[in-house]
Amino acid sequence: MTNLTVSRSTPASTIAMVALGTAIIILFAAPWWAGRSELRLLGEIFLYMSLATLWNFLAGYAGLVSVGQQAYVGLGGYMFFAATIFWGLSPLVALPIAALIGAAISAPVAALIFRLRGAYFAIGTWVVAEVFRLTFAQISALGGGSGTSLPVSVAQSLADGRDAREALTYWLALGIAVVVIGAVFAFLRSRRGVALMAIRDNELAAKSLGIDIWWTKFTVYVVTAGLTTLVGGLIFLQKLRISPDAAFSVNDSTAFVIFIVVIGGIGTLEGPILGTLVYFALRETLADYGTIYLIALGVVAIAIMLFAPKGLWGLIRGHRGTELFPLSRRVRGLTEKGQ
Amino acid sequence: MAAILELAGVLKAFGAITVADDQSWSLGTGEALGVIGPNGAGKTTMFNLVTGTLPVDGGAIRLAGEDITDWPAARRCRAGLARSFQVPQPFGAMTIFENAFVAATQGAGLAPAEAEDLCLDVLDRTGLLRKANTMAGGLTLLERKRLELARAMCAKPRVLLLDEIAGGLTDHECKSLIETINGLRSTGISIVWIEHVVHALLAVVDRLIVIDFGRKIAEGEPRAIMDSREVRKIYLGIEADA
Ligand SMILES: Nc1ncnc2c1ncn2[C@@H]1O[C@H](COP(=O)(O)OP(=O)(O)OP(=O)(O)O)[C@@H](O)[C@H]1O
Ligand SMILES: [Mg+2]
Repeated sequence: MTNLTVSRSTPASTIAMVALGTAIIILFAAPWWAGRSELRLLGEIFLYMSLATLWNFLAGYAGLVSVGQQAYVGLGGYMFFAATIFWGLSPLVALPIAALIGAAISAPVAALIFRLRGAYFAIGTWVVAEVFRLTFAQISALGGGSGTSLPVSVAQSLADGRDAREALTYWLALGIAVVVIGAVFAFLRSRRGVALMAIRDNELAAKSLGIDIWWTKFTVYVVTAGLTTLVGGLIFLQKLRISPDAAFSVNDSTAFVIFIVVIGGIGTLEGPILGTLVYFALRETLADYGTIYLIALGVVAIAIMLFAPKGLWGLIRGHRGTELFPLSRRVRGLTEKGQ
Repeated sequence: MAAILELAGVLKAFGAITVADDQSWSLGTGEALGVIGPNGAGKTTMFNLVTGTLPVDGGAIRLAGEDITDWPAARRCRAGLARSFQVPQPFGAMTIFENAFVAATQGAGLAPAEAEDLCLDVLDRTGLLRKANTMAGGLTLLERKRLELARAMCAKPRVLLLDEIAGGLTDHECKSLIETINGLRSTGISIVWIEHVVHALLAVVDRLIVIDFGRKIAEGEPRAIMDSREVRKIYLGIEADA
């Protein structure tokens, strides 16, 4: 017994963390080695990676299958516009403020929709997003139903010159992806994360072992909402224009995100990251073919659901439970015990 | 002997069938109580009521004198009630060790380092240590049952509720299970054990209760209960096909 230890990292996860650190450094330097359109594409990848990680945190871990996360993406956009236009806040202050507002608003929303189960919960989240959309369409100071543009002065306050601005928004996107994935990773490694993974696997056993399921899910919902609002703020800082239909689009903010998580592998941290890369690879190679591209996405999704219900990462992970993010706890020294 | 767990007039019905019919009994501190009864008698349901995964229709449940009838399941576990499930409920995408770790950190509220030590010790005592890094989703039924016991032990309960953990074991395995449970008893844990494998039960428990159609129909010294006419009548059938 004495020579047994419990370790959280594996050779694979150590290599992966080093590789990830290196990748972040190389990506940080992208404004010096990439062109403007590549920079934009990378920025978009980071934002989708963040949204996918968050949706997976909610649905894959907490079992809260939401089809209404566009509520917080749109809220983030509008809060960012309001904070910069009306309250005169600098964009870099407005983003975290928007995130806090999103988290605060999500708490009563959670208390309400948590009364719904299964499919009704999903419908409830969508209804909430529609209510948000209709509400913002009524606010004439933000352009009502037709929307509004970010004043040039706000965009200019970000940085001097177009290249510097593009670089800064790129870094913000990279930074947000790091913050989102880092936050979810830290949560999962904590004591609450242990509870959450137990809930993911078996709610009956989880509550019988002392886990407060409602509180755990509530925490996940609020954290996810706050971070989704943050991502939403940045999306509309990039777009420079917002309207209710664009802000609360179920297609852009939820449908593609669910696709990414399903093909990548739900209920793992690696899945949404892998899924985002696969999705963008498909999009960049097939997008010229118009509708064929959408049909191809559908075929891929169905094939994966049929043949690899745990997604591509599920295939790679296998029974041995290979992981890149060190979350598991492995007992070391068992072989020396003989038996 | 002060009662650690008490049921007073507990009622439960599913539609027209009554599965807990005015059930009253108590478990002394440090006592081991055996529960027998035919299939469908309501034994597992009684555990569901005690642990709070199912609400009672009436009556009261007390743990160490405190009324826990309205407490949610999680709170009851943290207060010292842990169970094994008759139909195993593993955390399938976690290893055996991690399953135990959930119980030690959440149920027993231990810090990670203490939890790790407890889990390793319990897995050793339940014969699961060799497989500590195996995913629980891929285990055989017997291994899953053993994990149920180990996980409940890692929650450091005051009252351990065991639901049919001896079925299908070899003689040797059964002996070591009895040793494990008797070892637990020496640490002061109180136990309620539902079991069809009567000889294993008799090697451990101080007292037996018999449940049939949700009613407690007999209670007392194990040998005397097993020899009683009423029990032989309903129980011989089960022993024959077990
Ligand atoms: N959630 C439920 N809804 C409806 N009926 C149920 C439910 N749970 C159990 N029952 C019924 O209640 C009765 C008692 O079931 P229970 O599982 O408590 O029996 P048991 O004594 O544990 O039997 P066994 O020895 O086979 O495990 C059975 O008729 C069962 O079908
Ligand atoms: Mg049963």
